[in-house]
Amino acid sequence: MTTLTWRYRGGVAARTLAAIGGGYVLTSIASALIAIALPLPRADAVSIATLLSFVVYTCIILWVFATSSALRAWIGVVASSAVLGAVLWLTGRMA
Amino acid sequence: MKEGLRQSMAWVHTWSGLLVCWLLLLVFMGGTAAYYKHEITFWMKPELHKAADAPSRVSPAESATLAVRELQQRAPKANAWFLDLPHERNPLIYASWTNPPKKGMTREERRAAFRTQNFTLDPMTGEKTAAPRDTRGGEFLYRLHFDLYYMSAIWGRWIVGIASMFMLVAIVSGVITHKRIFKDFFTFRPKKGQRSWLDAHNATAVLALPFHLMITYTGIVTLMFMYMPAPTKALYGSEQNTMFSEVFPNAERVKPAKELAPLADVAPMLLQAERAWGAAPSRVVVTNPNDANARIELHRPAGQQLSNIEPTMTFDGATGVQLSGPKPMSTSLDARAAIYGLHVAHFADPLLRALFFVCGLAGTAMVATGALLWGVKERQKYAKAIANGGKVGFGVRLVDALNIGAIAGLPIAFAAYFWANRLLPVEMAGRSNAEANWFFIAWGLAALLAQIRPTRAMWRIQLTVGAAMLAGIPVLNAFTTDTHLGVTLFGGPGLRPVAAFDLVVLALGLLLGWAAWWLGRKARKQAAAKQPTSTQTTPLEAT
Repeated sequence: MTTLTWRYRGGVAARTLAAIGGGYVLTSIASALIAIALPLPRADAVSIATLLSFVVYTCIILWVFATSSALRAWIGVVASSAVLGAVLWLTGRMA
Repeated sequence: MKEGLRQSMAWVHTWSGLLVCWLLLLVFMGGTAAYYKHEITFWMKPELHKAADAPSRVSPAESATLAVRELQQRAPKANAWFLDLPHERNPLIYASWTNPPKKGMTREERRAAFRTQNFTLDPMTGEKTAAPRDTRGGEFLYRLHFDLYYMSAIWGRWIVGIASMFMLVAIVSGVITHKRIFKDFFTFRPKKGQRSWLDAHNATAVLALPFHLMITYTGIVTLMFMYMPAPTKALYGSEQNTMFSEVFPNAERVKPAKELAPLADVAPMLLQAERAWGAAPSRVVVTNPNDANARIELHRPAGQQLSNIEPTMTFDGATGVQLSGPKPMSTSLDARAAIYGLHVAHFADPLLRALFFVCGLAGTAMVATGALLWGVKERQKYAKAIANGGKVGFGVRLVDALNIGAIAGLPIAFAAYFWANRLLPVEMAGRSNAEANWFFIAWGLAALLAQIRPTRAMWRIQLTVGAAMLAGIPVLNAFTTDTHLGVTLFGGPGLRPVAAFDLVVLALGLLLGWAAWWLGRKARKQAAAKQPTSTQTTPLEAT
């Protein structure tokens, strides 16, 4: 039975955290932006954005595990959260 | 995870699936049963069977009038009345009401009170039926599959929601990692150990893949505003209730005027709705009865659209004049309701409903074979150690035990719930809770025994017990009720659900029995093969 290195274990833990926690934060920001951007009555915009959010979340989770290293995964999630978060803040409708 | 997309997706598929598979089995089995929750509830109230035997002779308008007359005597000051009129899936007239909550009543107390505030009428005679036994029926299994039990519903919903998200990730990564998704659908190589489990997993997964993907995604959508509140926060700020009233236009409520006004006759309203829809309303809701602000809401029966929000007609309860109902929904709101509707499948006709049920069983089989596959694969790493008389690792043992407790143990729990329904004294206090407790007593016992001895023999014992208990239900029914298969198979159409229930549990029991027999035969074969060269041990066998 092959033993797993601590480096590997750490990588898995870091990715898991990036996928579940980081992914949820990024999805929240992204779906809030979609809701604001959609040129529809707000009930429709909220419905569509929320429906899409679970597709977005799934894609982010899979990307976090597909990318070449845990570090890249974290950089990707944090950087896109920061950029989209800044846009959301500029719209002035931050929750 | 450096090896490439397919390998990393295989890893994600394995672990996101394994971590939640036992909970998913409960959710899948409960949800699959919930497609027939009305029929299960009816089966679990044998006192009502006699009244359903003959087809309904009163029209929907007469049914509603009869029920309203009775409600005027029993609950003239209620908050709201709810009438379910006879139609395809419901042979009887059900009426219930809610009272204004008394001060200091807990949610649990209000629910308990609500369960006593109802009666059932026989549509043949208009007379009250015998009072049915206290049971939650199919509603328990339906609630179990997203609220869980022994915890607040919110906790249950978050846990099931997170597990569903794991499931969604497992499905999509499973598809990505799968090279020959179409070809494998036609591949089954039986009796080849791991290969066969993989084929079985692929077949059950791919066969009903659109269903699995749909049911997982739509399941999350049913509670999406709770799981993902960010878009609501962005557009509505803290006014979440405004969002709800805009997205769910039917939920509007009118306050009572506190002014007495006799209730208008409901019969002409039902006839008007029947003319407009081509089908009689299946549900009538009267809010603030006998008040100047009374409202009568008629619901179209399900079956004509995907959306779970059926069209309604609203009347002023004091004047009898039709009011303009909620405005028609926009396309995107309708789309959300249709996605929700796909999950609950109220629209399904009997054949489609049966197909959904079979797909649900396929989903259960997919989760079960996936869980088994992990154990079979992992065990190979220990093949050498086992050959030298060693033991498998802690992880394999744990997964084996959990697999037995869930895959073989859950059918026992479901069967125990139905047995409790027939065997507990009818007049027992807290009966419906006791039935639910028996579900968990049986399951807990099975899971515990599995942890103590996770062996092949344990698989066989539990599968056999589950098989006997499920297949024994029609027999039990013959001893404890007057509506056993000998009666229901030849009775009126109202008794068909009772017969179907007995036949389905019998079939499921036989299926489990076959699995137990197959395991036993395999063990005997292996024992026979081992005789000449007794040092050879297959990795699958030793536990």
